[in-house]
Amino acid sequence: MTGPTVAAPRETPPANPLAEFLLRLGDDRLVLGHRLSEWCGHAPILEEDIALANIALDLVGQASAFLAAAGEAEGQGRTDDTLAYFRDEREFRNALLVERPNGDFAVTILRQFLFDAWSVLLLDALKTCGYAPLAAIAAKALKEATYHLRHSSEWVLRLGDGTDESHARAQRALDDLWRFTGELFQTDAVDEAVAGMGIRVDYAALRSRWNDMVSDVVKRATLALPADQPAATGGRRGRHSEYLGHMLAEMQSVARAHPGATW
Amino acid sequence: MEQKPQATPEDPAKLAQFQARIDAGESIEPKDWMPERYRKQLVRMMSQHAHSEIVGMLPEGNWITRAPSLRRKMSLLAKVQDEAGHGLYIYCGTETLGVDRAELVDQLLDGRAKYSSIFNYPTLSWADIGVIGWLVDGAAIVNQTVLAKASYGPYARAMIRICKEENFHKRQGFEIVATLAAGTPAQQAMVQDAVNRWWWPSLMMFGPSDTDSPNSAELLRWKVKHKTNDELRQRFVNLTVPQAIAVNLTLPDPDLTYNAETKNWEFGEIDWAEFHEVIRGNGPCNRERLAARRAAHENGRWVREAAEAHAAKQRRRSTEAA
Ligand SMILES: [Fe+2]
Ligand SMILES: [Fe+2]
Repeated sequence: MTGPTVAAPRETPPANPLAEFLLRLGDDRLVLGHRLSEWCGHAPILEEDIALANIALDLVGQASAFLAAAGEAEGQGRTDDTLAYFRDEREFRNALLVERPNGDFAVTILRQFLFDAWSVLLLDALKTCGYAPLAAIAAKALKEATYHLRHSSEWVLRLGDGTDESHARAQRALDDLWRFTGELFQTDAVDEAVAGMGIRVDYAALRSRWNDMVSDVVKRATLALPADQPAATGGRRGRHSEYLGHMLAEMQSVARAHPGATW
Repeated sequence: MEQKPQATPEDPAKLAQFQARIDAGESIEPKDWMPERYRKQLVRMMSQHAHSEIVGMLPEGNWITRAPSLRRKMSLLAKVQDEAGHGLYIYCGTETLGVDRAELVDQLLDGRAKYSSIFNYPTLSWADIGVIGWLVDGAAIVNQTVLAKASYGPYARAMIRICKEENFHKRQGFEIVATLAAGTPAQQAMVQDAVNRWWWPSLMMFGPSDTDSPNSAELLRWKVKHKTNDELRQRFVNLTVPQAIAVNLTLPDPDLTYNAETKNWEFGEIDWAEFHEVIRGNGPCNRERLAARRAAHENGRWVREAAEAHAAKQRRRSTEAA
């Protein structure tokens, strides 16, 4: 006796792990760069308007490079712009951390710091990987990320070890964001598959170095490291928070209103 | 009746010497003697200029999050970042005249200081970003190329540096305009609409007509300015009309005609009533612009306090360690 097939796999593995891996790198930077660009003209001091715009610019530039490489790896003619502007939220592969709303300056800085520390370590590992196009982008991006990390670390110190108010805000931001950091180190079939192509990252070692870097700055900033808690995940599979859809609706509005147009 | 305290009259000999230096084309530097009135006029002009760069981030920032390609997003981010840099640089220049930035920012936020009225108009489509680069940065360049010869050294030098970047902004803006003008019918309509809205406010950027410009004579005598508002406005129109023709856009002025004798593009009457209303605070976005700057300032107060407190702690630690 045969009926309709209702049983299906729990997850469909991505068809092209290399493209998927590059999308993750690109989307992290596109979404975070976009978030930072929302500060433009509204930062606490003029120097930060300049710095945040500058970091946003770097991140969008990196995103463009990673997405272009993803499009090439995919081989279906999609460019960095097609990937940025014509995918829906379920197709975005960024970690949940980077789509968190800007909040106050403390949330923005702590989000940036947690990301930068991870990004520097990851890019450093990728710059010697066996896939040349990726290694080249990583090497260039690493220089920028190193500067970003210096900037965000300095601000974590100022906010944590500044006034009572700034200390409280920085601690709250760290506590709120902590559960989104676990996802940065999670591996899945995509990581396994690209390891076979020479893109090997030791995430356990990366996590332990990240922990050292983060706890050092957090301690010097007189802040307390939050207790471990269940990680919020899903971004890598396109299961995002409700925030991302709104961000994309804004970001993609002009491009989608004029499909096929040249800008 | 009590007498109002009067500014001490300037020493006529010093004044004559100062004018002689100006007439000889010398550059006035921060430590040089200068009439109080000269200092005041420069503080007014330079701080207005710096405020304009800062407030100008808002209308363009309005489209960073919607820029239709990654390349355009990056170039707009870079442009707005440049404008912030210009603001910072000119605030520093103004500090050489003995007023600090915090005081100037207060003047902007409480409405005492002015900024270019162009930024009180809204940006309503992506095409506005192109048109602002083309017309607004274009008008700024015409003004600033002349200010680069201003008698006050720090201002002149700031203008030389800034003008290079404004030229880049203008080129980028015109490139956006040309792309849209050669694009789909919807893009063409979008860019024409933007030109229609920004053309007249751009002409107003040169300030009141010479017949109605209270500061002009003095500023020309001191060579802070080298050309009158109307001369600069005409130069801008002459430069811009052929560019509009080149990309098949029209300009919303039925009186615009070429005078072969004077080689000028003659234009219609500016709506001076609108100009004065916007300056008085009644433009479409005056309140929103100031509210946004005030909110940034208020919301950022705890951050600035934290940075100061941290720096003080660091200083204390390093003296204790010494
Ligand atoms: Fe500027
Ligand atoms: Fe500019």
